[in-house]
Amino acid sequence: MKISKSAVALVALGLVAPFVLYPVFVMKVLCFALFACAFNLLLGYVGLLSFGHAAFLGTGGYITGYMMMEAGLTPELGILCGTGAAAALGAVYGKLAVKREGIYFAMVTLALAQLAFFVYLQAPFTGGEDGMQGVPRGHLFGLIDLSDNMNMYYFVFAIFLFGFWVVNRTIHSPFGQILKAIRENEPRAISLGYNVNDYKWAAFVISSALAGLAGSTKTLVFQLASLTDAHWHMSGEVVLMTLLGGMGTIFGPIVGAGAVVTIQNYLSGGELGNYIHIIMGLIFVICVLAFRSGIVGEFQKFMKKNFS
Amino acid sequence: MATFLGINLFGLFGQLLVGLINGSFYALLSLGLAIIFGLLKIINFAQGALYMLGAFFAWMALNYMGINYWAALLFVPLAVGFLGILMERFLLRPIANEDHLYSLLLTFGLALILQGAFTHLYGSSGLSYAIPEQLKGGNRLPFMYLPNYRAWIILASIVVCAGTWYMIEKTKLGAYLRAGTENPQLMQAFGINVPLIVTLTFGFGVGLAGFAGVMAAPVYSVSPDMGSNMLIVVFAIVVIGGMGSIGGAILTGLGMGVVEGLTKYFYPEASTTVIFAVMVIVLLTKPAGLFGKEA
Repeated sequence: MKISKSAVALVALGLVAPFVLYPVFVMKVLCFALFACAFNLLLGYVGLLSFGHAAFLGTGGYITGYMMMEAGLTPELGILCGTGAAAALGAVYGKLAVKREGIYFAMVTLALAQLAFFVYLQAPFTGGEDGMQGVPRGHLFGLIDLSDNMNMYYFVFAIFLFGFWVVNRTIHSPFGQILKAIRENEPRAISLGYNVNDYKWAAFVISSALAGLAGSTKTLVFQLASLTDAHWHMSGEVVLMTLLGGMGTIFGPIVGAGAVVTIQNYLSGGELGNYIHIIMGLIFVICVLAFRSGIVGEFQKFMKKNFS
Repeated sequence: MATFLGINLFGLFGQLLVGLINGSFYALLSLGLAIIFGLLKIINFAQGALYMLGAFFAWMALNYMGINYWAALLFVPLAVGFLGILMERFLLRPIANEDHLYSLLLTFGLALILQGAFTHLYGSSGLSYAIPEQLKGGNRLPFMYLPNYRAWIILASIVVCAGTWYMIEKTKLGAYLRAGTENPQLMQAFGINVPLIVTLTFGFGVGLAGFAGVMAAPVYSVSPDMGSNMLIVVFAIVVIGGMGSIGGAILTGLGMGVVEGLTKYFYPEASTTVIFAVMVIVLLTKPAGLFGKEA
């Protein structure tokens, strides 16, 4: 009941937001929120720390950019291609990564993502250090002009809601229950006869597809696909968003993404821009030492303690 | 003499040498990671940043205080190791009982802070550090030219790695360390101060990164991102070798350096990715790693 109330509030907030805030900023938040939700599906609900999710964000972005610029596809098809490519990469990377656990899983995903980064750095179609610039937003279904920021905003919002819904459906499905069982007690899940690695792999593919969807959408919003999205810094940022917002909570990644994007926007405008990585690092350290449940997690604890 | 079967031997041996030098650094860093992992069961994400710190300390010591290379080689690892001890005592120990992923995230945050701080202070373009007077020049061997400093890197890192291996595998102190890896509770019951050993181990593992940093200062440009680029490769190497054995970490580090060097000669386009490709092959065929013990 409480969740659905919050969900209604989220939708209402999303509908009004572009009239109050700068639409491009809100779109950026939504893209990263979707990215963080996808990541949280793995970390929060299966207990797998992927340190390579930038690879999927970057892949989604590059493939969508390429399809829009070179093949002249419509935006919805471009995004579909980007998402599909990220899912395919996720299927391969996931197969490899689930062979190892815990800290090794983090290292394997980081190394695999770096492999993708170097490929994108050298591949001719990505534009190397410059990235892919001037990606057209195009007309949705050939009808709606997305170069208008308001049209674009509601398209992005719809995509975000779709991604958010997928994550929620996954978590609350029988499949999601098994994922949580794996997180809580993997040997027991194995003893119950579940093929744990297949479940982890499936969750990994869903997560990477949604991360790719976020990357594809982001490319359309900014009309740019660049190496920044595939860099390991980006993998770290999504970890931070999830940690700060509250891992394993449904709204945590959204709050975390909003907070991190706001901080970055604020800092990059002012003279504190040089300190951006130091401040991000400090937030990391503080979160881990004193704030492990994150904003939403702490809020839930507070509500539970005082109002129930 | 210069070519054999159409292969330019000068170029080949040149790249092999570069590979061995990179391999020396890979070995030192993955050795540090393996020692820390053995006792603390965590991966130190800041290992690369501390390696960078070692190089910067050497540069700062020379330029601000006139401390030469040889003194830096002694004092910088101690300073970096001391920082590591503070890090373990005041940041990592309070969360030692939480999920190990939190320690990983904490060290990642520290790495961001260190890298960000040095980017802010010195920019990202990189500084140069002169090769010490005694090691300038080089020798012309029949098949290649061997600069003295490069020979010194390989020699020194092999000596340090071998010394560390000997200390851990053959001495009493090393026996404590290995016992702590197996069963810290039991060791504590025998009256051995385990938390102290943990702290010192972390300091030593981190000190190795500082040592590698000083060694690297004259050959690589001293820049804030020198550590993070290196660390991701070292992670792949750790996955390839598995962290089960100290000797394995050293051998895999050197070996992967050579593989990278050979690739740079035969197929330069793949030189940045070859180690990751090897990791994929190892994951497919022997998931626990070449020297790994766990299933």
